[in-house]
Amino acid sequence: MDQSLKTTCLHDEHIALGAKMSPFAGFDMPIQYSGIIQEHNAVRNAAGMFDVSHMGEILVDGPDAEVFVNHVFTNDVRGLEPGSILYGMMCYPDGGTVDDLLVYKEFESGYLLVVNAANVEKDYDWLLEQAKDYKVEVFNDSESWGQIALQGPGAEDALVKAFGLEDLRDLEFYTFFDLEDEEGGRVIVSRTGYTGEDGFEIYASPDNIRDLWAVLLEDGVTPCGLGCRDTLRFEAGLPLYGDELSPEISPVMAGLSMFCKLDKPEFIGKDALAKQKAEGVQRKIVGIELKDNAIPRAGYPVELEDGTQVGTVTTGYHSITLDKSICFALVDSAYAALGTPLWVRIRKHVFPGEVIKKRFYKTNYKK
Amino acid sequence: MSRIIEGLLYSESHEWVKVEGDLAIIGVSDFAQAEMGDITYVDLPSEGDEVQAGEEFGALESVKASSELYSPVSGTVEAVNDELESAPEKVNEDAYGAWIIKVKMSDTSELDSLMNAAAYSEIAG
Repeated sequence: MDQSLKTTCLHDEHIALGAKMSPFAGFDMPIQYSGIIQEHNAVRNAAGMFDVSHMGEILVDGPDAEVFVNHVFTNDVRGLEPGSILYGMMCYPDGGTVDDLLVYKEFESGYLLVVNAANVEKDYDWLLEQAKDYKVEVFNDSESWGQIALQGPGAEDALVKAFGLEDLRDLEFYTFFDLEDEEGGRVIVSRTGYTGEDGFEIYASPDNIRDLWAVLLEDGVTPCGLGCRDTLRFEAGLPLYGDELSPEISPVMAGLSMFCKLDKPEFIGKDALAKQKAEGVQRKIVGIELKDNAIPRAGYPVELEDGTQVGTVTTGYHSITLDKSICFALVDSAYAALGTPLWVRIRKHVFPGEVIKKRFYKTNYKK
Repeated sequence: MSRIIEGLLYSESHEWVKVEGDLAIIGVSDFAQAEMGDITYVDLPSEGDEVQAGEEFGALESVKASSELYSPVSGTVEAVNDELESAPEKVNEDAYGAWIIKVKMSDTSELDSLMNAAAYSEIAG
């Protein structure tokens, strides 16, 4: 392993399980244990757990916390109940995306922002810079937390059994509970995830996270790597920062306008996003289904029948659950309508397909 | 630890060759299939295609990535294992049983640059 890589609090567990490890966002992370297909199916049909301790946790508190978070965040936290969570983005003034994130409204005061591992430093710097004129404290607390994502139809039972707490069944989608460990340390359990299935994300101290991992493993929950994390989120139509969102790809281009509240008084990027929404964007993220089993990969050209390139694949797989070759692609908006025939160039050949809805898999969230 | 079979020849890009006269039967090594993980698609050439030593003739696709196949020898594709189109997982299950193409070699001296099992075990240990 490259010694410059960081490790999560579960690194020893991954090695002990024989995981195939690979660098991701500066961390040495497990890509797979038993195999991507088996792990993917475990989440769709039973329960799987992911080490997501590499994710970033940034705390925002102070008298101006609500106004400040609403200034940097595309969604609207006004009136958000303590214990509730919102998904949204941070944008640059031109509408490009800084990151996509979850905002947890704390019970006492302030907010917890959960951001992508690859963007922690960038996001923290961005927030500090924007915070200058606000009475807020912004603190990067990422080192204090380990995190496990427990996902799948069996996640609720596994969680209740691990914590010995029936009340956890009452947790609603996009809400969280604050729990305490025996030493008074904080444990957050939220009903959130990145797989299209019901599930939970548990934040706690590294020691507690190692204990929870061991308990879940003993209970038969399948350890899952980043390989199937990507296949699962992709099938569920969820974007990955860097692929479907970036400084060049705005939330409007990515089809995520519903998370941009243009009726807010102001937020960074609002004017640009409003203009994109009103006038239309040049390029959009679409879903494409191929009529062949060849696999479209990120970077492959999307073409018209005459060979004119009109876009590029951003993520693609032979879908494990749906058994067909599908992809997300960034294409000229003229070719973004459902049913539009498009071709993907895969090595020496072009394969026909058509634009379909991005939510490839029917999600099973607990509403 | 991956399996390496005596009597086959191996390329640096992890293809194996079984020689029968002027026919080269070509597949990928156990090491290669293990590195790739679950193989979900095999991109095959057509019978009659010309292949060149060291040049791409197809690809294996796992869930996560695609990996080009390079022909260890030059010649004409005599047969293609089209069973792999519907059952690509056979490459994972038995890398040395799941041959991919058979090539009628135009220059059998190209075999001299390939590795034997002992030499290959040095790079695919």
